[in-house]
Amino acid sequence: MNNKFLILANSSSAAFASVPLLSIGEFRTNLIQAVQEKHCRVSSFFAMPEKNDFRLIAVLADDAAAKIYITSAMTTERYPSLTVDVPAFHWFEREIHEQYGILPEGHPWLKPIRFQKKEDGSGDKVQIGVTDYFQVKGSTVHEVAVGPVHAGVIEPGHFRFQCLGEEVMHLEIELGYQHRGVEKMLLNAPDKKTIHIMETVSGDSSIAHATAYAQLIESLDPSLVPSENARKLRAAAAELERIANHTGDLGALAGDVAFLPTASYCGRIRGDYLNTTAILCGNRFGRNFIVPGGIRQTITPENTAEILKRLDTFQVELNDALHLMFDAPSVLDRFENTGKVPYETSVQIGMVGAAARASGDAQDIRKTHPYGAYKTINTEPVVAGNGDVLSRAEIRYKEIETSHQLLRNLLAEIKETVEAVPMREPVLQSNSIAVSLTEGWRGEVCHVAITGPDGKFCRYKITDPSFHNWFGLALALRGEAVSDFPICNKSFNLSYCGHDL
Amino acid sequence: MLSILKSRCFRQGFRTGKFPDAPPNLPERFQGRPVIAAGKCTGNCTICRDTCPADAIIQEEKGIMLDLGKCLFCGKCAESCPEKAIEFTNEYRIGSFKREGLYCRPGDTYVPEVQTDEKFKRFCGDSLKIRQVSAGGCAACELDFNVLHTLAWDMGRFGIKAVASPRHADCLLITGPITENMLLALKKTYAAVPRPSWVIACGTCAVSGGIYAGNPEVHNGLEEILKVDLYVPGCPPHPAVLLEALLRLMGKK
Repeated sequence: MNNKFLILANSSSAAFASVPLLSIGEFRTNLIQAVQEKHCRVSSFFAMPEKNDFRLIAVLADDAAAKIYITSAMTTERYPSLTVDVPAFHWFEREIHEQYGILPEGHPWLKPIRFQKKEDGSGDKVQIGVTDYFQVKGSTVHEVAVGPVHAGVIEPGHFRFQCLGEEVMHLEIELGYQHRGVEKMLLNAPDKKTIHIMETVSGDSSIAHATAYAQLIESLDPSLVPSENARKLRAAAAELERIANHTGDLGALAGDVAFLPTASYCGRIRGDYLNTTAILCGNRFGRNFIVPGGIRQTITPENTAEILKRLDTFQVELNDALHLMFDAPSVLDRFENTGKVPYETSVQIGMVGAAARASGDAQDIRKTHPYGAYKTINTEPVVAGNGDVLSRAEIRYKEIETSHQLLRNLLAEIKETVEAVPMREPVLQSNSIAVSLTEGWRGEVCHVAITGPDGKFCRYKITDPSFHNWFGLALALRGEAVSDFPICNKSFNLSYCGHDL
Repeated sequence: MLSILKSRCFRQGFRTGKFPDAPPNLPERFQGRPVIAAGKCTGNCTICRDTCPADAIIQEEKGIMLDLGKCLFCGKCAESCPEKAIEFTNEYRIGSFKREGLYCRPGDTYVPEVQTDEKFKRFCGDSLKIRQVSAGGCAACELDFNVLHTLAWDMGRFGIKAVASPRHADCLLITGPITENMLLALKKTYAAVPRPSWVIACGTCAVSGGIYAGNPEVHNGLEEILKVDLYVPGCPPHPAVLLEALLRLMGKK
């Protein structure tokens, strides 16, 4: 593999010159081989302007070997599409086409994913949502269009269902309404804004993204080394984030099938966990907690003891609330065999995280590419096999259990006060590339940074788990009733802004 | 059924918070409305301004001004000030009917505004129907507005409800820095709200663009888009901050 790929461990860096620069032909062959034969996953794939051309950079994750493979090739305007051989590239190729105008020849469904201008600001602005949609024709076929403004309090997106009666034959999801220009803002960073941008990439995953960023900076600035206890507290915050979101989603699933006791209780208990995160930093979403080099708040043994004490109460109440739902035949009837994504499909389209585990794919960055405190504390991925709404709900239920266990182990080991690290701007190694993966509550968060001669970012690529999984939701709807969309959607609960960036 | 009843009576119980009859339970490290001590700030340095990630601190003739409409409540200015002139208090009554109400100056004595608009009280004093629109929000503001529906806050007690159709709404509650891609949908939603109608900017992004201000893909919050009747800054605003502001808007306090 050595001359074909740069091999890195999670959260490490290397000289950018060590990334192999291959011909397009070799580049494609190697990537296809690695995915098809070595079962690597496509963690990220993006372009970067270089001289007058573009460099395509692919980042693959080898879960079996705990390694990350990086390779690259130059292209001018076009190259033969990878999607044809490896469907997991399909969304990335659409993104690259939209951002830089590079044509992946033979891509089966090449259209915008965000309706943005090109990254350099050139070209015409495309009116959002105005594009070709997949259509089914026939006298009894009808189309249901929803959004961007949905019925609930939720982010915007546009959904088109092709229906035969109640049955959905195809769902197409158009996003981009939340596009804020995050990656462009990160050029020439890091600066004083950067950590705050990371915390708002996807607001319910502040800890996952801030940790990925912090680890990446730490790999590029070796003087920033978080203490063991700071790493543990970061992991503890991540587990609190996981429990809070899983709790909220299970409650929302209950609400969508009109099982109100669990919906009501989980809504409140989710808040209890958010308030527990606020013990750490005053913010319910874990903002102002993680910084490169450690944590920004001083955490005393009283703080950790308070969290442990609260967990005991909350876990009993949460288990009670969830038990009611998983014990109700009327709920199970709605969840079971609804919104199925089979294992093969999940792997093919590159799904990640809880949704992939629900389809039987045992991937979990905490286990397969351990980072921070997860290097020393063991956790096994929770896997279910049916790929339906019930599996995705059960995964959340079981992960809540394992997260509590992890939290107790992590916090019990912290005996003394963990000091906040002083604010300071990092000084990054120049002309380097670094990759950092974390397991957010939705799944793999991938950050890739490339620094220029001045040690500032000349490309920063964020891949939120939602980026991999939105197409999974679209496929889950095939053959289902329109009325099952809410529970399918909630069982994934993907981020719009994390996708739109 | 029996297990549901048992759970309700013996395990979960009645859990709606005491607010507004009692002060809300805020985290110990909660960062509320800041105060700037008069006399402590020498005005000779630029440390707080240089530290602020959101450019929320402005040098005025008589000293610094902290604009809460841009503030992320990260506390970095307070941390960095060598004179310890800035302190974030646990004052959660932050929402304001006017943009200027979000300006903090040295030595200010803060009194939250009171609703004096009789027309608003007549239309919405007992019932406020809200259509929420996310326009680039990171989902945190949306989630913490949603929290007001839960039994912990139960905003339905006060006649406040989120509605699905703008046709049923008295006001829009808007989150996010207003992305270019949501501008048309936002305007159409606003046009669909029957008049008279009102606008709430929820979160620092919606007030001023927040950390995203100045990006070509976003507008700087609602400032040049819609007239705002209630500003609730925060990243995101704590549910207590938002609910208190809504109740004050309705004239209930």
